[in-house]
Amino acid sequence: MSLVKQPDLTHVLPYGDTLDDGKVQFSFSLPVPAGPEAAEAARRVLLQMGLKDPLLVAMEEMGPSTTFFVLYGTVTRGVDYANIHVPKAEFEHLDMHEIDDLVERELGRELVVVGACPGSDAHTVGIDAIMNMKGFAGHYGLERYRQIRAINLGAQVPPETLVARAIEEGADAVLASVVVTQKDLHITTLTQLVEIMEAEGVRGRMLAIVGGPRMTHELATELGFDAGFGPGSFAEDVAAFVAQELIRRQSR
Amino acid sequence: MKLPVDLGKVAQARDLAIAITRPLQAYFADHSTITIERAVLRLYGIDGVDEDEVPWPNRVVEQLAASGRLDRGAAIALGQAVLASGRDPQEAAEALASGIIPPDDSPESCGEARDWARSMARRKLDELMAFRARRREMRAALGAGPTPWKYVIVATGNIHEDVPQAQLAARQGADVVAVIRSTGQSLLDYVPFGHTTFGTGGTYATGANFKLMRQALDELGAEMGRYVQLTNYASGLCMPEITVLAAQEGLDMLLNDALYGVLFRDINIYRTLTDQHFSRLLNAACGILINTGEDNYLTTADAFEEGHTVLSSQFINERFALDAGMAENLMGLGHAFEMNPGTEDGLLYEIAMAQLVRQVFPDSPIKWMPPTKHVTGNVFWTYAHNTLYNLVGVLTDQTIELLGMLTEAVHTPFASDRYLALKNADYVFNYARHLQDEITWNPDGRIAQRSRQVLDEAVALLEEVADEGLVKAIGRGVFAGVKRPADGGKGLEGVFVRHSTYLNPFEDLLRAGQAAIAQRVVQPEATP
Repeated sequence: MSLVKQPDLTHVLPYGDTLDDGKVQFSFSLPVPAGPEAAEAARRVLLQMGLKDPLLVAMEEMGPSTTFFVLYGTVTRGVDYANIHVPKAEFEHLDMHEIDDLVERELGRELVVVGACPGSDAHTVGIDAIMNMKGFAGHYGLERYRQIRAINLGAQVPPETLVARAIEEGADAVLASVVVTQKDLHITTLTQLVEIMEAEGVRGRMLAIVGGPRMTHELATELGFDAGFGPGSFAEDVAAFVAQELIRRQSR
Repeated sequence: MKLPVDLGKVAQARDLAIAITRPLQAYFADHSTITIERAVLRLYGIDGVDEDEVPWPNRVVEQLAASGRLDRGAAIALGQAVLASGRDPQEAAEALASGIIPPDDSPESCGEARDWARSMARRKLDELMAFRARRREMRAALGAGPTPWKYVIVATGNIHEDVPQAQLAARQGADVVAVIRSTGQSLLDYVPFGHTTFGTGGTYATGANFKLMRQALDELGAEMGRYVQLTNYASGLCMPEITVLAAQEGLDMLLNDALYGVLFRDINIYRTLTDQHFSRLLNAACGILINTGEDNYLTTADAFEEGHTVLSSQFINERFALDAGMAENLMGLGHAFEMNPGTEDGLLYEIAMAQLVRQVFPDSPIKWMPPTKHVTGNVFWTYAHNTLYNLVGVLTDQTIELLGMLTEAVHTPFASDRYLALKNADYVFNYARHLQDEITWNPDGRIAQRSRQVLDEAVALLEEVADEGLVKAIGRGVFAGVKRPADGGKGLEGVFVRHSTYLNPFEDLLRAGQAAIAQRVVQPEATP
């Protein structure tokens, strides 16, 4: 029997220097001057989060009545890792070159992707991150892909315009990016988009994909999309999904 | 410490930049845009919005376009409206926009309106120059701090939240504060009005927001005995109007690149180039230091392979700026520390590029940008990355250093992110203050070789661009790997050919005032 302790996957705790020690590191600021009261306030922030033994290791006043803290604390309640199930789009992760090669080899043609922020949403940060050449955080956008013709219609595009353009371009996939979620605005717009695609009879041959900071794959599929991408998704996730899904459908 | 740089090559690059930009100078002389005309109206003091929140400058220009008179320029129409109505320019503009004042194309009316437009433009420009002179005095009295200037951003979306964050950053030692604009503002063909509280990823650039932030930093500057510079973004579809607002509200710098909007915002090339020319005429007169955006090339393309595109574009941006009468000391030519951190000797190549740019543009306040491309959400790793960036900045004497934020690529900066960034920069700048005086480069070493390679490749690229023309070259994707066709992108419908009777008195006055600079550098001397 090994002397190395193994984690209990039904009760997983943060790992500092000893398994199951529950150690967590924090940094934040409070809008109060540095001092004994500030130190106590910072400790209480951790206590109120349910942490034990808050340890303040740095307190630096970074301006009048604003203080920066670094603290450590201990978590005691473990997480049941073994029983976590997160719905997600099923595809193999590939990089840009692998995706281009895959498309060339398996489909033998360029993919056409038309994207926009549908409805009244004016925030192109998401669609630009995925589509524009520059991409995001070092991940090139779809415009950069050799085997993808990416058409970014930008912000505030009526769902009907997006679908009409997708039909005109013979698109393989429609990308919708939704940032504004106040009053569930995005739900209305996305529902409309899928309904128009169905009414136009293109839903069967065109993938519908949605992304946004408050988007999950689960919500997307509930709304009738093929996939949903949340924070931390990059162009290669979208491209890999589109390519692999089209290949799957072609071989059916 | 100086790297061996081939001055003949540098002179050749400048000659090529003249050849590249010359055909466009003729284009600027024959064309104007809707935002230039709105900027003219703003220079006359036209401001405010109608009951639907449409700015009056937009309303006037739309009315002129609808009645087929826009190609004469907004100045004449405003003059006619003022003279016909006897009202002040704002009221006259509102009446003009509402169609209350009928068009009058009689030579007498046009002639009187031209006289009014010219004399009022001179008066408005004199007032603006007096205001800018007072600001220069205030800045000289307080002092702007040693370089590299530490430049930080605030981006809360709410101007009333931005103000205390900017003040806090300034107290922590920031020399320059930039208020990042709300996502998507560059594609709005109007400037929003008033104080705004709802931007995403930044705060709308408006005259009122500029004023509030300027006042807050002036008050703090007076209290601290140190001038705090304020900057914003004059790119996008309203570049000249943002420039006017920045001039009127006392901003010190503006992001103002000739090509950025084309490449990264898909704005039509003729629109942006025409707009940048008028913007830079005004920036030059007002002493607003521009920052160019070549750093962005390296966030799209590979920083090692495409380093020369940055240098080539800097020569082009320099030339466009000179042609608008802008002296070198107002040109914050941009570049960045974006090499893949896994590159062996990457630090040496970063030093080579930074030192080369420093020496090729000795009188320009170079704008140096932090790593973003290879930055992940691992804030600890990003902090390490930024430390080396700061070291290269002080070693190679960069002028304006945008400080890397450890939460880059995660969210808009926390107050504590700026605090940690400033602490890092202060540490490195102080700890290595005179390192540059101690170093002699190996003339055959990797750094010298790399800088030679970049200069050679830049000259070769400029030769290609000169052969095919700038517009075609951009259509082919020479910069940042982004292809933009001449008739593509946003805003081309807002460009028009000037009528033979076109008048923009501000442009005439600015150009006359700055002709000496544009003339002086038609045949630039080699860098000493």
